Amino acid sequence: MIDDTNTQIVIKDLWKVYGKDTKRIFQKNLINKSKEEIQNETGCIVGMRDINLEIKKGEFYILMGLSGSGKSTLIRALIRLVKTTKGSIEINGEDITKMSSDQMIQFRRKTFGMVFQSYGLLPHMSVLDNAAYGLKIRGVGKEERYKKAHEVLETVGLKGWEDYFPTSLSGGMQQRVGLARALANDPEILLMDEPFSGLDPLIRRQMQDELVELQSKLQKTIVFVTHDLHEALKLGDRIAILRNGEVVQVGTPEDIITHPADDYVQDFVQDASPAKVLTASSIMSDIPVITYAWEGPKTALTLMRGQKKRMGYVVDQNRKFLGVITAKELQRLLDSGEKYKSIPSSSIELVESVHPDVLIEDLFSVAPQNPYPIPVVDENDRLLGRISSDTIFDSISSNGGNNE
Amino acid sequence: MNKFPELFNLPLAKYVDKAMDWLLIHWEGFFDFIGFIILKVVLLFEDLFLFVPWFVIILLIGYAGWKLVGSLKTGILFMVFMMIIGLFGYWDLAMQTLALVISSVILALVVGLPLGIVMARSDRAERIFKPALDAMQTMPSFVYLIPALMFFGMGKVPSMFATVIYAVPPVIRLTNVGIRTVDVESVEAAKAFGATKKQILFDVQLPLAKPSIMVGINQTTMMALSMVVIGSMIGAKGLGMEVLLAIGRIEVGRGFEAGISIVFMAVIIDRITHSFSVKKPKKQKKNEVTE
Ligand SMILES: Nc1ncnc2c1ncn2[C@@H]1O[C@H](COP(=O)(O)OP(=O)(O)O)[C@@H](O)[C@H]1O
Ligand SMILES: [Mg+2]
Repeated sequence: MIDDTNTQIVIKDLWKVYGKDTKRIFQKNLINKSKEEIQNETGCIVGMRDINLEIKKGEFYILMGLSGSGKSTLIRALIRLVKTTKGSIEINGEDITKMSSDQMIQFRRKTFGMVFQSYGLLPHMSVLDNAAYGLKIRGVGKEERYKKAHEVLETVGLKGWEDYFPTSLSGGMQQRVGLARALANDPEILLMDEPFSGLDPLIRRQMQDELVELQSKLQKTIVFVTHDLHEALKLGDRIAILRNGEVVQVGTPEDIITHPADDYVQDFVQDASPAKVLTASSIMSDIPVITYAWEGPKTALTLMRGQKKRMGYVVDQNRKFLGVITAKELQRLLDSGEKYKSIPSSSIELVESVHPDVLIEDLFSVAPQNPYPIPVVDENDRLLGRISSDTIFDSISSNGGNNE
Repeated sequence: MNKFPELFNLPLAKYVDKAMDWLLIHWEGFFDFIGFIILKVVLLFEDLFLFVPWFVIILLIGYAGWKLVGSLKTGILFMVFMMIIGLFGYWDLAMQTLALVISSVILALVVGLPLGIVMARSDRAERIFKPALDAMQTMPSFVYLIPALMFFGMGKVPSMFATVIYAVPPVIRLTNVGIRTVDVESVEAAKAFGATKKQILFDVQLPLAKPSIMVGINQTTMMALSMVVIGSMIGAKGLGMEVLLAIGRIEVGRGFEAGISIVFMAVIIDRITHSFSVKKPKKQKKNEVTE
């Protein structure tokens, strides 16, 4: 959980200007000009402009923005891979912009772990040695660092791959090595610059899920860069949105979606396919006909006819979803002459159900296999509602269908 | 009438001579020291190659051809080459040449690797070195013999001095290129985990630049071989001397034999040093667990 009393990173009036003789842009006549104007007049590129942020201990903090908005500049400034031009970055109360190189080296070793977009692994070292590399830098002995590396590799699901070279692994697995290397140091702060952007969607989703699970155990402070709104909403406790090197909005995923600060954020929210943002719960509707499994076919059929429907969703006493049954099948049961006191399980058709937090995007794969509207159930399989394929389709076309 | 006016004679030669004299007087100790080192190194290798029995050397070269260059056939071919050199009666001369080449290359590496690293680390150093290296590589090789002669007189030492100077540019250049083209994220990763400059150099940059550096070493070696041959003009014993003598006496057959011997050695040295730069197909798994 986020410890509200404890701020870990405080960024004040932070500027980064790329180019020569960068201090001159702080002159009165330049400082208020736009990034383009400054670039045209001086040749300097404003990477970050007057950024103020506070990141709390244990927070999963997202930096989001379009390409070139300064996300990488900011996250790299936190570990001083980028030398900032003005302002301060206090981490645990110490201003890293004022540290000497040697102090900074020590500070990196004890405070940070970092994961890179294209992994940044060392191809001439085995997976084990890569995972242990951060510890090696710190001067941890061979035995101890390998022990730790084995542990973290197991954590990220790479047990058995220790002796392989990174290049013989898939992208997803290489990034697991990258993550293992960062975790091996047991850092207070984990920095991740678009770690999953290079992975294909399925693997990316999986890695996100695992990261969420990992974070629930580790409770690290994570600063995570992405340009993918879906990823931001899924992972973040809070999101800072950047544009042209400036922070436009900071808020929880809820805030960002419901109260976008300006048109830029609005566009961002809309640019992302609603299917990737909205969940099943937002488009599900009530069940028209519930068939109670403990009742006889006759009652069920009467209920169904009353609603002019050809099928019903079968539940047990606990409202647990069992499947669907058609009017035709009920009729057949009645015609068979046998006396049924309850609906026989052989007559119940099993269909796939989904949870309410499933993204609409994921319903596309379920819908075609389902001749009926998709049932939505909670974690105890209790029936909550249903979603018809028409609703799915409507939801993505009505919310402005200009997806990526 | 069309003669260039003598009035405008530029006496550069005189100034150069003066500068050389000055260097020789005031830096005598320095050049003595350099000469001493060079001589020690080359004698070490000469003694080694002439001490080890010829068939052992042939077997070693054959083994290198087989294991490093690729096939048993190559290994056998190399052994045949060396046998032929022996049959020509040039074994000792060939070993002297080899000693000169190897010691020149070692000295070139001692000088060139650090310079390449400096060049990779500093853009200013690169701006300064680059034109110098370009100029060095366009200069005809025997030009280097002149200062070498002046500093060290005749013999092995000046020849090697000239060889090292002539052959060093590729290793500097390719060390620089190799380090500069190392994947940025690998370097940044090391930095982010708190690596010092030295750790970055030895853990990341040099290992990843290795293929490029090896190409540099291969080129340096080949240049050293060609220069060693030319170096015989100022008295370095070896196969080059033999060619020189043959030319002087217009003994075509003798020159041919010596020439072929040089070609054989060139092929062997090239293939072996080249094999270091080619990435061998990496085994999926490391054979041993490092624990
Ligand atoms: N090394 C650099 N030199 C000059 N400009 C840079 C450099 N790195 C980034 N920039 C500029 O700074 C701005 C922010 O870049 P970056 O932080 O990489 O954005 P993002 O990670 O959000 O795509 C861009 O306009 C980019 O062109
Ligand atoms: Mg970036």
